[in-house]
Amino acid sequence: MEKEQYQQLEQNVTPKPPYLKNVAKAFFVGGFICAIGQAVSLFYIIFFNFTEATAGNPTVATVVFFSMILTGLGLYKRIGQFAGAGSAVPVTGFGNAVVSAAIEHRSEGLVLGVGGNLFKLAGSVVLFGVVSAFFVALIKYILVTIGVVSW
Amino acid sequence: MVMTFIFAFIVGGIICVIGQLLMDVGNLTPAHTLSTLVVVGAILDGMGLYEPLINFAGAGATVPITSFGNSLTHGALAEAEKHGLVGVLTGMFEVTSSGISAAIVFGFIGALIFRPKGNID
Amino acid sequence: MVILFQTKPSLLAGGVVAGPLENRSVFSQYFDSVYDDERWQMKTNEQGHRKMIEEACEYAMKKMGVQKGDIDYLMGGDLVNQMTPTNFAARDLEIPFIGLFSACATSVSSVIIACLLTELGAANFSLAGASSQHNAIERQFRYPINYGAQKPQTAQWTVTAAGYALIGKHREEYPSIEAATIGKSVDYGMDDPFHMGAAMAPAAFQTIQSHLQQRNQKIYHYDLILTGDLGQLGLKLLKGMLVENGVKNEELTLLRDAGAEFYGQDEAFQSGASGAGCSAAVFFSYVIQQMRAGSYKRVLLVATGALLSPLSYQQGETIPCTAHAIEITMK
Repeated sequence: MEKEQYQQLEQNVTPKPPYLKNVAKAFFVGGFICAIGQAVSLFYIIFFNFTEATAGNPTVATVVFFSMILTGLGLYKRIGQFAGAGSAVPVTGFGNAVVSAAIEHRSEGLVLGVGGNLFKLAGSVVLFGVVSAFFVALIKYILVTIGVVSW
Repeated sequence: MVMTFIFAFIVGGIICVIGQLLMDVGNLTPAHTLSTLVVVGAILDGMGLYEPLINFAGAGATVPITSFGNSLTHGALAEAEKHGLVGVLTGMFEVTSSGISAAIVFGFIGALIFRPKGNID
Repeated sequence: MVILFQTKPSLLAGGVVAGPLENRSVFSQYFDSVYDDERWQMKTNEQGHRKMIEEACEYAMKKMGVQKGDIDYLMGGDLVNQMTPTNFAARDLEIPFIGLFSACATSVSSVIIACLLTELGAANFSLAGASSQHNAIERQFRYPINYGAQKPQTAQWTVTAAGYALIGKHREEYPSIEAATIGKSVDYGMDDPFHMGAAMAPAAFQTIQSHLQQRNQKIYHYDLILTGDLGQLGLKLLKGMLVENGVKNEELTLLRDAGAEFYGQDEAFQSGASGAGCSAAVFFSYVIQQMRAGSYKRVLLVATGALLSPLSYQQGETIPCTAHAIEITMK
């Protein structure tokens, strides 16, 4: 059988992902995680004197802590298999990527294993976040200096 | 009060749906998808659109990974406004440190406590 | 060219050891041991992997009453970088050793080499087989075990199992190898490591077709043609290719896949099982025992392997695959 013919056969036989189901699952789990984050925010605002603006920081840290526990217990991967982007997109997904890599590479020691591989999966997020922030800020700075926009 | 939760749920859910579509339809890996969303967050803040979203949806905008891009850019812009061009570099991690520090610290602690287990359900 | 074994070396015994999750396999009753700790009480996954290989070899030797000193050659491999679990097991078994990498097709490629040495008169007893350990391989080829990635329906689950066969000179009451075909590296442009079945099916097709042609046989000359780990979708694709080549639908019932059947109908495992240990575990337990019981007289075992690395995938390469076949008969 020729390559093109086989690729056609493969397209016909391979099931497409269940788009609607996946989108629904992502929506509900992602929304739920954000609702939990909202509850955590309120907790910090009410009990620890944070404001709406500053509560974001401890909220993110707390939410990452939850994802560490879930990851370590092997529960996050089951949530991930179910929810897809619903668990990967919230910052819990970032925590999961870092913690799972850390746990996995413990066998090579803390320095080479954990230290060397901590950002194996999550590094791209940090890289692109920083680089895009740099360029966006740079462009805005230039635009402000020329006088096209204001801060 | 209840409305904040509902908006957080809906906006957070929508951002996750965008991610799911990028993965399923766009055939992007999780790493590619999240990198894209982070960049989107940065651009939205550059246009001044992300802060209003946070005011509206609270955690629905701060919990998704897009907020990383937002806070990095926000910090860079704030410093650039105060201290000029060098602020673009110095300001970035002022606001975002909690997410990344938390991930690093808890990653380390997690590595000390947990072992990987190959279970399926 | 097909390899014809005039002296018909025999598959004297099989030793198959598997991990706790493999208790859910429909074949688990045929395994020699299903251990309850996936690391075999060792500190790392890789060490557990090594222990599993040693145990599988011990079982195979024990069944024929031979010691490691009686074994002339050890042929085997796994999917870990540089095949260290197998290398370390060879160190402990102290048998002259050649490591072979055919990915998940290693179970058959190692048997072929062992048979060639036996045919030459260079070996009285050899051990040949392959193994895989889920954690060690997922971490290398895909994601850390606890990472929450969503696997598609086309994905397969790497089994934790080791299967080693004791090969020796021909004996009447044992399944014997009559012929073998060594496969080419076949690439039909598939590039998704979460859809290995599609990448491997063309290789299986080519090897089966070549073997049948060279031997002047048709599918119905066999009681069973068993592929290693195409999975449910890969098996469908292979059947599609055979039908397009003139094979009748009734004959296709003789074609089965160890990976597709491994975990039964359990959807949690998506398209089925895979890994070098999958074909080895099923071939060297279920098939040998069924042949000795008289259920099958002529069997074609076709182990399939995907010859990629995590690097090749990241560099945007497609996935070439291979399939090796052995024809086993029983009086």
